[in-house]
Amino acid sequence: MLRIRSLEAGYGNLKVLRRVSIHVSPGEIVTIIGANGAGKTTLLLTIAGLLRAQVGEILFDKQDIGRHAPETIALLGCALVPEGRQLFAPMTVRENLQLGAYVQIRRGRAHEVESDLGRVFDLFPRLRERASQLAGTLSGGEQQMLAIARALMARPKLIMMDEPSMGLAPLVVKDIFGIIRRLGSEGHTVLLVEQNAKAALRIANRGYVLENGRILLEENAEDLLANRDVQRAYLGRDLDSETELDGKRR
Amino acid sequence: MSLALLFQYLVAGITYGTIYAIVAIGFNIIYNATGIINFAQGEFVMLGGMIGVTLRALLPMPVAIAGAVIATMLVGALIEMLFIRWLRRPSVLRLIIITIGLSIAIRELALLLWGEGVRALPYFTGTAVTSLSVGDVHISPQVLWVLGISAVMVAALNFFFARTLLGRQMRACACNREAAQLCGISAKNMVTLSFVLSAGIGALAGCVISPITYVQYDSGSSLALKGFTVAILGGLGNSMAAVAAGLLLGTLESFSIWVMPAAYKDVIAISILLLILFVRPSGLFGNAEAARLKDY
Ligand SMILES: Nc1ncnc2c1ncn2[C@@H]1O[C@H](COP(=O)(O)OP(=O)(O)OP(=O)(O)O)[C@@H](O)[C@H]1O
Ligand SMILES: [Mg+2]
Repeated sequence: MLRIRSLEAGYGNLKVLRRVSIHVSPGEIVTIIGANGAGKTTLLLTIAGLLRAQVGEILFDKQDIGRHAPETIALLGCALVPEGRQLFAPMTVRENLQLGAYVQIRRGRAHEVESDLGRVFDLFPRLRERASQLAGTLSGGEQQMLAIARALMARPKLIMMDEPSMGLAPLVVKDIFGIIRRLGSEGHTVLLVEQNAKAALRIANRGYVLENGRILLEENAEDLLANRDVQRAYLGRDLDSETELDGKRR
Repeated sequence: MSLALLFQYLVAGITYGTIYAIVAIGFNIIYNATGIINFAQGEFVMLGGMIGVTLRALLPMPVAIAGAVIATMLVGALIEMLFIRWLRRPSVLRLIIITIGLSIAIRELALLLWGEGVRALPYFTGTAVTSLSVGDVHISPQVLWVLGISAVMVAALNFFFARTLLGRQMRACACNREAAQLCGISAKNMVTLSFVLSAGIGALAGCVISPITYVQYDSGSSLALKGFTVAILGGLGNSMAAVAAGLLLGTLESFSIWVMPAAYKDVIAISILLLILFVRPSGLFGNAEAARLKDY
């Protein structure tokens, strides 16, 4: 689905990503964890075409998209739920979703948009209730749901999410991760970037650790969760104590 | 001062105000798409009038006007594609200088093509002396044309931005360019479209107003100043407020003749512009928060 080889990218003269290689297979949930400033957002923006790939290649469905415009990449079926949601604030929930479906119209599938809207509303009933409300007036959690829903309206082959749990209350975070898990079980391919590494690794099949623009580790999610170094660096104390308790019980 | 005269001034004020509002909406459309002020906006109005008059010599009036609007739209598209589209991350200052340069170039080109002569389309119905009389008040039918066509233009634009897919795409780009691109919308095409659209409405305004105000190679600059004042007064980017602000400026100008010589009419617009820029840059109707939520 997605295969990146030796990618280098950044902002102007500042090189952020150094020889990054990752891949995502169809049906997988893959997560990228890393500290603030590691380059996670930069990586997703580069895949989506909003930043230029300076060196290396980005193969999406065996096509090199490293030089494509963002709108072309979206049309090919690679969607990004951007950091900070980036909704069309002065427009209604329904309008936001219809704009998300624009690539479907470009693909000549305008007739499917109405039924897709129904499916998305089934997934997020809160959005159906608020269909005519302005996106800017939604709560943080609802906005995140709308951002995910907008991306789903494009019927993407790959959906990338940049910190969907950022700034949300714990209960809402649980909802969001529940939705992502459900998307995975329905066969969607997801590339998930998260600060909340523990929760991300619990729903993912595989994970990468990105540090200072380099990939340090690639392993199955369970192995990463159990990895001592990863625990110390990214998973926080509560998990340490949890696993110790587990150990005692065993 | 009789009531009839008062009303006469009011009608004149509303007529001019409407045109200022249309020019301001032209500013707003491009501002919302690009974040820049297109200082060649007045030239679109002038070109519309000039091309309309030229075509009128060969063609029936409605065809001539349609031709003028389409030709000016092409000029708008060409300007964007030649001078703006290929710039990578241009600064606002650079874009402003480009549009000022273009405005001068178009004016000089018009001087070359049409000379210094003052022209006008004939009255759409009747002649310069025809008037509809309501009691002591006399209104030229052309005034009704100006008001009617402007109202239709504003309604059509509203429909376009609120209801059509293309209009929604333009609004999406205006409020979040990168998110719009992620939805598969070509932001560059939307910018071109914004130039085409504002050239078109400018040209149409130039045609309907020309029987009253006449048109000359340099008549765009004063209209641009008025339109800009109105756009700022209403709050940049807000087209409905621009209509209100346009009527306000038109009426103020019209009544100013009581207190000072007609030659100083333009002073009003400049004073208002400076005052607003100093005191309330977000416009009469805007607040800082609304100004950040760019919408049409
Ligand atoms: N627009 C920009 N211009 C210049 N440098 C930038 C820009 N955006 C990010 N950077 C720099 O690039 C580096 C990586 O940033 P990036 O946003 O990719 O990190 P991140 O892993 O997403 O962090 P976070 O978890 O905080 O979102 C940082 O050092 C940052 O300062
Ligand atoms: Mg980030």
